[in-house]
Amino acid sequence: MSEMKRDARHVIQVTLNGEKRSGFAQPRMLLSDFIRHELGATGTHVGCEHGVCGACTIQLDGRAIRSCLTLAVQADGCDLVTVEGLTQREAELSLLQRAMKRHHALQCGYCTPGILMSFDVLMRKNPKASDQDIIDVLAGHLCRCTGYANITSAMRDVLDQIKSNAGGDHV
Amino acid sequence: MKPPVFDYLRCESAAQALEALHQYGDDLRILAGGQSLIAMLNMRLVRPAVLADIMRVKELAGLETISRHAKRHLRIGAAVTQSRVLECISLASDVPLLAKALPFTGHVQTRNRGTVCGSLAHADPSSELPLVACVLDGQITLARTSGRRQVGARDFFTGLLETDRKSNELIESVEFPCASSGETFAFREAAMRHGDFAIIAIAVKATTEKIVIGVGGGASRPEVRSWPRLAGSALADALNQLAWELPLQDDALADARYRRHLVRELGQAAIGEACA
Repeated sequence: MSEMKRDARHVIQVTLNGEKRSGFAQPRMLLSDFIRHELGATGTHVGCEHGVCGACTIQLDGRAIRSCLTLAVQADGCDLVTVEGLTQREAELSLLQRAMKRHHALQCGYCTPGILMSFDVLMRKNPKASDQDIIDVLAGHLCRCTGYANITSAMRDVLDQIKSNAGGDHV
Repeated sequence: MKPPVFDYLRCESAAQALEALHQYGDDLRILAGGQSLIAMLNMRLVRPAVLADIMRVKELAGLETISRHAKRHLRIGAAVTQSRVLECISLASDVPLLAKALPFTGHVQTRNRGTVCGSLAHADPSSELPLVACVLDGQITLARTSGRRQVGARDFFTGLLETDRKSNELIESVEFPCASSGETFAFREAAMRHGDFAIIAIAVKATTEKIVIGVGGGASRPEVRSWPRLAGSALADALNQLAWELPLQDDALADARYRRHLVRELGQAAIGEACA
């Protein structure tokens, strides 16, 4: 059993967007703060800090999770992907990001990184997702600008593109 | 909003968690998925001195069907996430009510970390899993350094965020009885948005002789009633009486009158589906 004292700073090692990274965290440090303040990846936004708004959503070991409802010490040794990881893979906006832009699926953009991380999992795990599947995933996010219709149609567009490209190059 | 300070223990075995519970008692909180606990910490509603993380304990990560008293049960260990249970291919045939209710439990992003046992431990009266456990008569296994005991879900929930768990006990697993032939189930919920806490949730199990109906969000813990297979005006009367028996109150989400309406309407819909 490892014990981490409250006042000490502990080394936390993670893989962030494919790169081995480490930083310090007290046990009380949220993963969202660790990513932003220790690792300097400020693309992940912090909204409500109690799991309601979804702005801080990232991927941990391939699943979309709330980084504000996870402690940095819990994520020690885990594989993390944040919104920065979407563009690093392709050196330009991803298919999903381009669709969000085309459909005017963001205005202030505060909620967008979290939504992208949830949708990125959906399009990879369930490329045949129905409109209801999209809405179920989007229900875990609050957007105060768009009214959700444009976000939903951006995701629909991406899934339709994947369907028509099936058998061809991967996104 | 940030958590207050605490010491963090990363347990590698259930024995280590039990030892820590024995040592610290009420000053310690078990941390599983943290989807209720970390929100409570962030809001400073709880201030434990120590958190004991059990998510890396392999012996608590079991998800299996077992046989007890010649009946099959789905046993879910304390470190099993809600997503893992929902993705279980046989869930819809083994425990259909759980398969119907889990999609209402939080959002996919919280189900990916939140555990079934953690939701039971938190005992929010509006949450779906305690309701399902009560309607199905699930069994909760509590372990301590000197042994373990099983408690029926209907006795486990004692009040608002309160359970029968003693301060030195760990919820080791929960067992849901698998559906027998002739049993049918339905689940209905009204919430501000899909995945939020229920304003009213209704879970129903119907057999050839009777209806078991549970209401979540209507009292400080799930309320369960067992009726004969009522229909027509007898059913409407029973639902109306149930709605008036519950200590429903006005709050920011809904007033008591609307909640009574939901008990009647969702009750009709759920029983209609289960008895169809």
